[in-house]
Amino acid sequence: MSERASIPKRDPEEAPERENGIEAVESGSEAIIAALEQAGVEHAFGVQGGAIMPVYDALYDSSIHHITMAHEQGAAHAADAYGLVTGEPGLAMATSGPGATNLITGLADAAMDSDPMIALTGQVATDFVGNDAFQETDTTGITLPVTKANYFADHSDTVGDDVSEAFALAREGRQGPTLVDLPKDITKGETDQWPKPPETPETHDEPSEADESAVEAAAATLSAADRPVILAGGGVVKSEASDELRAFAREYEIPVITTMPGLGTFPETDDLSLGMAGMHGTGAANMAVTNCDVLLGVGTRFDDRLTGGVDTFAPDASVIHVDIDPAEISKNIEADHPLIGDATRVLEQFDEAMDTAPDADQWREQCQTWTEEYPLDYETPDDEPLKPQYVVETFDELADDDAIVTTGVGQHQMWAAQFWTYEYPRTWVSSNGLGTMGYGVPSAIGAKIGAPDTEVVAFDGDGSFLMTIQELSVAVRENLDITYVVLNNEAIGMVRQWQDGFYEGRRMASEYPWVPEFDKLAEAFGARGFRLEEPEDVEETIQAAREYDGPAVIDAIIDPAENVFPMVPSGGDNGLFALNEQHLEMI
Amino acid sequence: MPGPAPDERMRPSGRRNTQGIRIDPEAEATHEPRMAVLSALVKHEPGVLSEVSSLFSRRQFNIESLTVGPTQDGDTARMTIVIEEPEPGVQQAKKQLRKLIPVIDVEELESAAMRRELALIKVAGDKPDDVQAVAEMYGGDAVDASKDAVTVEITGSKQKIDAAIEAFEQFDVLEIVRTGAAALERGSKTMDSTTMESDN
Repeated sequence: MSERASIPKRDPEEAPERENGIEAVESGSEAIIAALEQAGVEHAFGVQGGAIMPVYDALYDSSIHHITMAHEQGAAHAADAYGLVTGEPGLAMATSGPGATNLITGLADAAMDSDPMIALTGQVATDFVGNDAFQETDTTGITLPVTKANYFADHSDTVGDDVSEAFALAREGRQGPTLVDLPKDITKGETDQWPKPPETPETHDEPSEADESAVEAAAATLSAADRPVILAGGGVVKSEASDELRAFAREYEIPVITTMPGLGTFPETDDLSLGMAGMHGTGAANMAVTNCDVLLGVGTRFDDRLTGGVDTFAPDASVIHVDIDPAEISKNIEADHPLIGDATRVLEQFDEAMDTAPDADQWREQCQTWTEEYPLDYETPDDEPLKPQYVVETFDELADDDAIVTTGVGQHQMWAAQFWTYEYPRTWVSSNGLGTMGYGVPSAIGAKIGAPDTEVVAFDGDGSFLMTIQELSVAVRENLDITYVVLNNEAIGMVRQWQDGFYEGRRMASEYPWVPEFDKLAEAFGARGFRLEEPEDVEETIQAAREYDGPAVIDAIIDPAENVFPMVPSGGDNGLFALNEQHLEMI
Repeated sequence: MPGPAPDERMRPSGRRNTQGIRIDPEAEATHEPRMAVLSALVKHEPGVLSEVSSLFSRRQFNIESLTVGPTQDGDTARMTIVIEEPEPGVQQAKKQLRKLIPVIDVEELESAAMRRELALIKVAGDKPDDVQAVAEMYGGDAVDASKDAVTVEITGSKQKIDAAIEAFEQFDVLEIVRTGAAALERGSKTMDSTTMESDN
């Protein structure tokens, strides 16, 4: 464990004085930067390149702090995580061609999780567009399916307006990623047009309040329920509706389950909390969602990882669906009571409309029984080899209450979702919908930049970590105090688990015969490296990594035989979750 | 302490169909595909058609035809999209269309709406008089004739065009091109005024 390489720590007190930003514009690029500053953008994640150079040149005099990422995918994930943690769109910048195409995964990821994000891409000059010029791609064409909206800037006078509008759209209503493609002649071109303020276009009409009579009908249904359940999704985070949700659930004593993006919207320490539902959700949450008679879904899109097979999803339940996006209503699960509007406002309306709390003592008792019958648990024979769940649990005990957890994708992600206790919204930062391996390293960077005073812990797997490990160089350069924990089982563990369960153990391409020593690799990047093998060293190692002021990587060599349970097989029945391999064979 | 095994757990009695609709045991909910004519008022700007058509392709809506052209207002264009989908699919298509930023309004036209398409049918030219006679039966015209081929233009409902094409099969049909449907609601009701009303 050598000390970090010779990169000096950045003392915020000694940070160079920044200019106050752009005061008048002379070019398209300056209009772009003015639009960003006007919208309140403080940080940008990006990679330089030929076609985006004029924009970067304007950034030189800006108040915006630019973080140079190792790869554009890293920029997109960092911006996505920044957007999730702060609620304001994260900014990713890339050049044309390969720079833009490298953003695609991150844009798709943000789109699936409705995270606010804006991407600016360079483009070849308009004279060359369509001619297969050097580093040209049809960026707006390619990104159309993975953005909420995108723009091809066609005039220096209006490019600032395009950026303002894209920013506003990313943040408003159902949030999501937007993109502005910036031809080089447009960004270099002269203009004195100050960008308009960030406002969404007229055709964009987001409902805020649900129809009053619909709310009353839904409230009557919920009041009359015998077996009510609230299902809180990522929309609760985005709408800042967590307080309203807590107050509502407690007042009417309704058990609460969350989706994976909804982790933290309701405190998992509360008696009414049944934890996360879905493929790797808790037994209690899945029993409750399966057997409920009224389901109040708030800000959830009923993703298949949550519902399992739709035929067996809450089949007895009247579904009350609160969502800001009308297109989510009855897309996957038919809503008996669609309530279209902003979650915070609709929960307030709902509260006003409720006459009585549902008479559900017996149901709450039943839910409590399930919590006791199906605790999240793991076997620890002699505590060896090291159990990943134990590492997550121990870290949770040591970490600050409001620590932010970011993850890659795979088994480690599920253990981090299951064995960490989430209390607050915006503390779970993960690739929920797209399931992007490699999300962990850059998302922790975005989260830490967005919440510099909050502890950030990144759980990753060896496979996922290797996909974006180069971004460690950025964490070191920016001296970000992040603790990375690699739950290392020398495999693409989730695939191996499926191969063992559903492909007769034919472990095609899922096992890594050799992975790098991540502690040493961390040191090579200039971070602090720790190797963790023995259960008795867990606490001490985590504390040492936490205390290190800068990025630290714990290479935790875990039991390769450990699998993620409970589990509902893909498209299965949530009520028939398996607690172990024997159960899998039964269902 | 593991709880009850899968087959010993509390079970609900209901179920849903593949569209997530709760099944009433007495009336099994099934949705046969139906034809729906959607009319979309959109901003007349580059990329709109691509945005709409890619929405339909990536969401796997079964599209019958899609036509687009400018309206009396130079800033807007109108699309007529005919899809064949079960009811939830029709509703979803409308909602997804409305989400697109350049889309101003979307409506499903009533079945009584006027629907017209145009077909150009090129047939072998050895019996030009017979071809013209058949064309007239369907209100069409020969719009081009050479010594080898006659091209006929027919305008009308989909059924009329289908019937016309069938009738022309007695000649040697060389090529057919059809525009797909353009449709408008009957009476004085217009989409623009509906939009204005909903804005107020």
